[in-house]
Amino acid sequence: MKQALSQARYGIAAVVAVVALFVIGALAAPNLTFRVYYAVSFIVLAAIGLAIIFGIMGVINLAHGEFILVGAYATTLSVTKLGVPLPAGMLVGALVTALFGLVVERVIISGYVPNWIGQQTVGRDLIKPFYDRLADSMVATFGLSLIMVQGARIVFGNSINQIGVPFGSTAGYPDYRIALVGITAGVLAVVYLLFTRTDFGTRVRATMQDEQTAMALGINTERTYMLTFAIGSGLAGFTGALFAPLLSMQPTLGSQFLVEAFVAVVVGGASVVVGTSLSGLMLGPIDALFSDEFGEFAGRIALLVAAMLALRFLPGGITGVVDRLRDRMEGGS
Amino acid sequence: MSESSDPASLGPNVRQTAAEMATGDRTETLLQTEDLVKTFGGFTATDSVDFAIEEGELRCLIGPNGAGKSTLLKLITGTLTPTDGAVYYNGHDITDLAPNKRVDRGISMKFQVPSVYGDLTVRENARLPIQQFADGAERRQLVRESIDAAGLSGYEQVEASTLSHGQQQQLEISMAASLEPDLLLLDEPVAGLSVDERAKIAERVTRLNEDEGIAFIVIEHDTDFVGEIADKVTVLDEGDVFREGSIEEIESDPAVKRIYLGEDDGGDE
Repeated sequence: MKQALSQARYGIAAVVAVVALFVIGALAAPNLTFRVYYAVSFIVLAAIGLAIIFGIMGVINLAHGEFILVGAYATTLSVTKLGVPLPAGMLVGALVTALFGLVVERVIISGYVPNWIGQQTVGRDLIKPFYDRLADSMVATFGLSLIMVQGARIVFGNSINQIGVPFGSTAGYPDYRIALVGITAGVLAVVYLLFTRTDFGTRVRATMQDEQTAMALGINTERTYMLTFAIGSGLAGFTGALFAPLLSMQPTLGSQFLVEAFVAVVVGGASVVVGTSLSGLMLGPIDALFSDEFGEFAGRIALLVAAMLALRFLPGGITGVVDRLRDRMEGGS
Repeated sequence: MSESSDPASLGPNVRQTAAEMATGDRTETLLQTEDLVKTFGGFTATDSVDFAIEEGELRCLIGPNGAGKSTLLKLITGTLTPTDGAVYYNGHDITDLAPNKRVDRGISMKFQVPSVYGDLTVRENARLPIQQFADGAERRQLVRESIDAAGLSGYEQVEASTLSHGQQQQLEISMAASLEPDLLLLDEPVAGLSVDERAKIAERVTRLNEDEGIAFIVIEHDTDFVGEIADKVTVLDEGDVFREGSIEEIESDPAVKRIYLGEDDGGDE
C-alpha cells in the first residue's frame, strides 16, 4: 500500500508541476508557452498510438503516419461531404481508423484471415503473426504505408478540401492549438486509466509481460492483441482528426508525424504513458525553440540529435531513468 | 483434428469409454495423450507419448533434463502445438483448442519459472484469473480468498516482483487454483525453496487434491517431495514414457536409476 501511494504521489507531483509551469508561463510569456506546449502536444499525440502498438505488441508500425492520414481524411470528409459537426467528425475519424486497424491486424499483423484461408485450402497456415518480430513488422507495414499513400492519391486525388480552424486566438496564438494541449492531457489520462484501472488494462499488461502465462490464466491473448492494435490505431486516427483543421489534406500528410512519433517512442522507452508524456515534455521545447529560431528543418535535426544523445546516455529511455529513480527512492525510504 | 464429441473421433481409451457407456460402465479417465509428438527443428522433444491420468489423481512426472516433461505439459495446456498426435480431455479431442478455451474446460498450469507478473501488485495478480469469470462482490471475495490461501494477506498492494521466491510460487499456485480447474499442472513447484516452504507447498497441493478433488500432474526433481505427494509416478526419458508406478517401484527400478540418476546398476537394459 505504501509503495503504491508513493508512486501515485510522484505522478501527481509531476502533473501539478507541468500544470503550474503552464499557468506561470501563460501569464509571463504566453506566446512562447503556448508554442512549447503545443509542440509537446503534437509529439505526444503523434506518438501515443505508435507507443501502444510497439510497447505492447512488439510491432513497429511504419504505416503509423498513414493511420493518422485515415483519421484526418475520415474527419475532413465526414465534415465537408456529410455535414457532420466537427467534434462528431473527429469521433468518426477515430472510429474509422480503429476499424481499419482491426482489419489490418486480422489480415496482416496476426495473419488470421490468410491463415484461415490457408487452412481451408492447403491445410496449413500461410503466414506467421508479426507480434514481436520487429524487422519483419517494419517491412510489412512499410509496404502497407506505400499502398495507403498511393491508394489515397488514386481515390481522393492529390488533395481534398480542408476544414477551417475552429475558435479565435489568445495573445496572438490560435485557441484551437491551446485547446489541443488540454485534449492531449485528457487523452493521456484516459489511456493511463484504461491500462491501469480496468480489467482490459490488466489483461493487456499481463499479456505484454508474459503471453504464455496469460494464456494459461485463461486470457484470450489473441483478442487482447487485436483490441490493443485497434485502440492504438484509433488513437492515431484521433490524432489525425485533431490535426485535420491545421494541416493541408494531402496523401503524404502522415509523414509529418513520423519523425516526432518515432523519436518520442525511442526516447520514452517501455512505458506507454510515462515514457511518451515525459519524452514529449523533453522534446517539445527542443522542437519548438529550434523550429521557431531556425525553421522546421532545424527543429527536426534537433529532435534527431536529442534522440541520439538520449540513446547514448539513457539506453532504457526515460522510462529506465524513472524506474531507477523510483527504485532508489523506495530503496532509501 | 477438430474438437469433437463423436466417439469415433476419440482416442483409444475414450473409444473404450464409449463402448463401456453403452453397457453402463464408466471410466474416470480425465486426460489422455495419444502418440503425442513435438519436434523443434531436428530435435524431438516428445516422441509418440501415450499418457493418461484419472480424475482426482495426483501424478508426478520425473526424468532427466531434456526428457520432454515441460514440453508435455505445454502440449496439454495448448501453449505449444503438437507436431503430431492428439490430446483428449474428458472424452473430447482438445488438440486444436486454444489455451484459454482449455482453461475454460478446467485445465490450469503453473510454469517452471515463477511467472507471477512482477509489475502488477499481488491483488492485480490474484485478480487476473478471477476477472475472467467473476464480477463485483463475488470477485472481491474470491480474490481475498486466493490471497489468503497464498498466505499473502497484508501484501495486496505490493508489487509481486518484491515477494520472495516461495511467496511467488504460492501466489502462482493460488492464481492457477482460483480458475477452479479439474486438472492442475505444476512445473517444478518447489525448485529453489527452503524445507519449510517446500512443506507448505506439499501441504497445499495435497489439500487441493484431497479436499477439492483437483487432479495434478507435477513435474519435480525432488524425490522426497514426490514421495510425499504422489499417488503414482511417470518417468519420461528421451521424449517418451519410460516407466510408471509407485514411488517405491520407481526408486527401486535399476533402469530408472541408470537413466535418471546416472547410476550403473550393472544390468544390460
